Amino acid sequence: MAKYITKRILMIIPIVIFVSFVVYCVMDLVPGDPARTALGDEATEEQLEIYREDHGLNEPIVVRYAHYIGGLLHGDMGKSIYNNEDVWQLYFSKLPYTLLLAVASVILTVITSIPLGILAAVKRNEWVDTGASALSFIGLAMPNFWIGLLLIILFSVHLGWLPSSGAGAGWKSLILPMITCGTGNMAALTRTTRSAMLDVLRQDYLRTARAKGLNEHLVIIRHAFKNAQIPIVTMIGTQCATLVGGALITERVFAWPGIGSYLVDSILKSDYEVVTGFVIMTAVVVSLILLLVDIIYAFMDPRIKAEYARS
Amino acid sequence: MFYDGNVSAERKEEKKQSKYAIDVENLRVRYETSSEVVMAVNGIDLQLKRGVTLGIVGETGAGKTTSMLSLMNLIETPPGVVEADHIYVNGTDVQRLSAAELCRIRGNEIAMIFQDPMTSLNPVMKVGEQISESIMLHGRVSKKDAMERAARMLEIVGISPSRASEYPHQFSGGMRQRVGIAIALACKPEILIADEPTTALDVTIQAQVLKLMKQLKTEYGTSMILITHDLGVVARMCDEVAVMYAGRIVEQGTLKQIFNETLHPYTEGLFNSLPNIHNRVASLKPIPGLMPDPANLPQGCAFAKRCPYAAQACYAEQPARKTYEDGHSVWCTAYRDAEFHIKRKG
Amino acid sequence: MDRVEKSCKNSAGVRQNRALAVWRQFRRNKGAMIGLIITAALILLAVSADFIWDYETDVIGMNIADRMISPGTKYLFGTDNYGRDMLARVGYGARYSLVIGAVSVLFGLFVGVPIGTSAGYLGGRYDTIIMRMIDAFSIVPSILLTILMVTVLGTSLLNLMIALAISTIPIFARITRASVLTVRYNEYIESAKAIGASDFYIITKYIIPNCFSPILVQATLRMGTNIISAAGLSYIGLGVALPTPEWGALLSASKQFIIQAPYLCFFPGLAIMITVMSINLVGDGLRDALDPKLKR
Repeated sequence: MAKYITKRILMIIPIVIFVSFVVYCVMDLVPGDPARTALGDEATEEQLEIYREDHGLNEPIVVRYAHYIGGLLHGDMGKSIYNNEDVWQLYFSKLPYTLLLAVASVILTVITSIPLGILAAVKRNEWVDTGASALSFIGLAMPNFWIGLLLIILFSVHLGWLPSSGAGAGWKSLILPMITCGTGNMAALTRTTRSAMLDVLRQDYLRTARAKGLNEHLVIIRHAFKNAQIPIVTMIGTQCATLVGGALITERVFAWPGIGSYLVDSILKSDYEVVTGFVIMTAVVVSLILLLVDIIYAFMDPRIKAEYARS
Repeated sequence: MFYDGNVSAERKEEKKQSKYAIDVENLRVRYETSSEVVMAVNGIDLQLKRGVTLGIVGETGAGKTTSMLSLMNLIETPPGVVEADHIYVNGTDVQRLSAAELCRIRGNEIAMIFQDPMTSLNPVMKVGEQISESIMLHGRVSKKDAMERAARMLEIVGISPSRASEYPHQFSGGMRQRVGIAIALACKPEILIADEPTTALDVTIQAQVLKLMKQLKTEYGTSMILITHDLGVVARMCDEVAVMYAGRIVEQGTLKQIFNETLHPYTEGLFNSLPNIHNRVASLKPIPGLMPDPANLPQGCAFAKRCPYAAQACYAEQPARKTYEDGHSVWCTAYRDAEFHIKRKG
Repeated sequence: MDRVEKSCKNSAGVRQNRALAVWRQFRRNKGAMIGLIITAALILLAVSADFIWDYETDVIGMNIADRMISPGTKYLFGTDNYGRDMLARVGYGARYSLVIGAVSVLFGLFVGVPIGTSAGYLGGRYDTIIMRMIDAFSIVPSILLTILMVTVLGTSLLNLMIALAISTIPIFARITRASVLTVRYNEYIESAKAIGASDFYIITKYIIPNCFSPILVQATLRMGTNIISAAGLSYIGLGVALPTPEWGALLSASKQFIIQAPYLCFFPGLAIMITVMSINLVGDGLRDALDPKLKR
C-alpha cells in the first residue's frame, strides 16, 4: 500500500510538469505584451526592452519555463504584474477561503444527497424517488450564478438576513455561497447515489443477508451501501476538485475572496503571472485530491486494495 | 431486539405440535411486469417431515428456487406476487408474520444455501464477519464470542479458522460455497434449504461439499430441502423426491419410488436422457422440445406437447393428483386408466 | 447474445427495427417526451426568431420611454434599463445557447471520437500516451480550462464555442475509448478479422455502431453542461458580450438592477434552466431506452 502511494505520488510529478508546461506555453500565446502591461502606455520602447531583459522575457520559452519551475520548487512563482504581490503568497492567502467554502458545501452535499439517493433507490418509483429525481433535474439545470443571484435577491435584498458579498460577516457570509456551490452537486450526487444503490440492490448477496435474518435497515446500510460507495466517492472527489480548482463563477457572484474570484479578476486584468501560478497550483492540488480518492477506494473495497498491492 | 417471552413460549408449542418442518398448500407465485405475467409456481403442495431430506428435481425455470424463496418470504414484491392457502414453517405461517418476526425465523429456524457462491457473498465484508453476523443477531452473544463461533464454523466446513479475516475474493469457488454453508448453518437451523449447492462447482469439489452437507445434516438432525437438476446428487443425498415441471409438482415419492417405480412421463424422460454406463452404445433419448414459456402456459398439462403418451384430454385439463397406497403421488391424466403404464420399468 | 446477433446482421432493416424499438421505449418515458417537445419548441423558436422579432429594433433597439417596466400585459417579461422588451431579448437568445451547445458538442465529438476509437482499437503505446494526456487534462477543472482557452483565443462567440469544444474533447475521447474496449475483444470482432476484414471496415461497421449509444447519451447531456458553462463565461465577461442577448450576458447586465428590477435576472435564468432541463430529460430518456440492462 505504502509502495503504491509512493508510486502514485511520483506519477503526479510528470503529469504536473506536463500540464504546467502546457499552461505556461498557452499563457505565453496570450495576445498582449507583458512589458507593456506592466509599464503602461507611456513607456518608451527602450524602457520596455530593459524590462524584458530584466525579466528574462527574451529567452526561449523552454528556458523561461525551466526558470519558472525552479522558482516554483522554492515557493517562488513570480510577482503580480499589477501590484507586485508575490503570487505564491497570494495563492496561499486565498486558499483558506476557497477550502472553507469547498468543505462547507461538500458537507452540505453529502449529508443531504446520500440519504436522499439511498431512499430514492430503495423506494424506487415511489413518490420519494420521483420527487428526488425531479429535484435533481432542476438542480442540474440551474446555472450556479443564477441560483446565487436568486438567493441574493431573496435573502439579502428582500429579507436582509444574509450578506450578499464578501466574507466579512463570519458564518453568515458562508451560507449563500455554500448553498450556491452545493445545489448542482447535490443534484449530481443524489443521482449517483441512487444509481449506485440500484446496481447493488439487485445483487445476490443482499438475498443472503436477508436470509440470515437481518432487518431491511441493516441490509441497506451494512450490506448495500457499503458496496455502493465507490461511485459515490468518485463523484465527491470530482466535486471537491472542481470546488478547490476555484468555484470561479460562484466566488465571483458573491465576491468571495478565494482563489476563483481572484483568478477571474486577474484574467480580466491580464495579470498573467498570477493566472499561470494559480492554474499550476490548482493542478497540483487537484492531483492530490484525486490521489486521496484513489487511496480511499482501497479502504472501501478489499479487492482494490489487493490490486494496489499487486501493482 | 425486542423479544416477547409469551410469544416465544407459544412458538415452541406450535413447533412441537407441527409434525412437519414445512407444510405448504397450494403455493402460487407469479411475477408481474408491465409487459407480461410470468407464472413461476402454479399451486404446489409440499410436506417435509422432520429429519428428512427432500430433493426437488426439475430443469431450469421449473420454479424450484422461486418456491423455496417463498418459504422464507424472500420473493421481492413487486414484481412478485405470492399466494398460498398456508406456508407453515415449523408450524408458523410465514405469510402472517411481521417483518421483525420474519427476521427472527430467517437464518435461525430456516436457512438457505444459495446457488452461486461467486455472487452470494458480500465482497466488501470479511467472511468471518459474514458468518458471525447472524450468530450475533440470533444468539445475543458478544462480538468476540460470535467471531470465535464463526471461526469454529469455518473449521467445521473445512476452512482454516485463521482465514476468517479474509475477504470472499481471496477464496476459490468451492471454498466460497463452504463459507455459504457455514453462514447457513451458523445458528444450527432446524430446516435447511440448499439451492443447487454444487452446480457451480467442479466435480471433485462437488463430492466434498455433498459429503460435508450429509455429515452436518446427520450431526444436527436438520430437515433439508435440496434443489438440484442432477439426479446423481439426488440419489446420494435424498430420502424423498419431488419432480417439478413448469411450476407444478408432477411426481412425488420416496427415492426408491421415483427411481425404481417411475410413474410420470416427464420423470421417465429425465432418466432416459442420462447416459447409461452399462450400455454405452445406446443413444441418449433427450426429451424433445422445450419447457413452455411460463409467461404463456398452455391450458392443459404443461408437459403434454413433449409427452409421448399425450392424449386429447391432456391438452384440455390440468392433471389431478393421484396418490397410491404406498404414498407415491403422480399428477398425470393418463393414470385415470388403471391399465396405463410407462415404458420404463425399474 | 442479443448484441452479437444484432451486429452480425448489420443490415439496414435490423438497424431500422432497433431505432423503432428505441423510439417505442423512449415514447413511454413521460419526462423524456416532455423534454423532447420543449427542446423541439426551443429549436423552432431559435430558427424563427428573425421572423418574430426584428434584431435591430426589437432586440437591441433602445426605447428609453419604456425603461424598467415590470412584467405585465404590455411587456410579458418586462423591459430593461434601455426599454428593450425582455421577452424579445430572452426569446432571441435561445439561438445563441442552442447553437453554442450543439456546435461545441459536435466539434468535441468530431475530434474526441476518432481519438478515443483509435486509442481503444489500436491499444499499446499509442493508447498509453493518449490516456496519459487525457488524465493530465483531468487535473485542470473543465471550466477553468475553458476560461484559459477563451483568454488565449480572445472573447467572441466563435472562440467561446471552440474553447468549450476543446474542453469537451477529453470527455468524449475517454468515453469512446471505454466503450470501444468493451466490444473490442468480443468474438465477433475476432471472426470478422479471421475472414480478412480490414481495420477500417471493422471500426466503421462493427465498433462504432456498438459504441453509439453511450456516446449519443453523453453528447446530449454534455450539451446541457456546455450551455451552462457558456452562460457562466458570458456572465463573468469572458463570453458573448452585450448587447447580444445571450442569456448569461443578460444575467450579467441584470445584476446591477437587482434591487430595482429583480425580474430582469429571473427570466434569462429560467430560460437556461428550462433549456438545459429539457435536453437532459431527452438524454436521460435516451439512456434508458438504449440501455437494455435497465429494461426490466
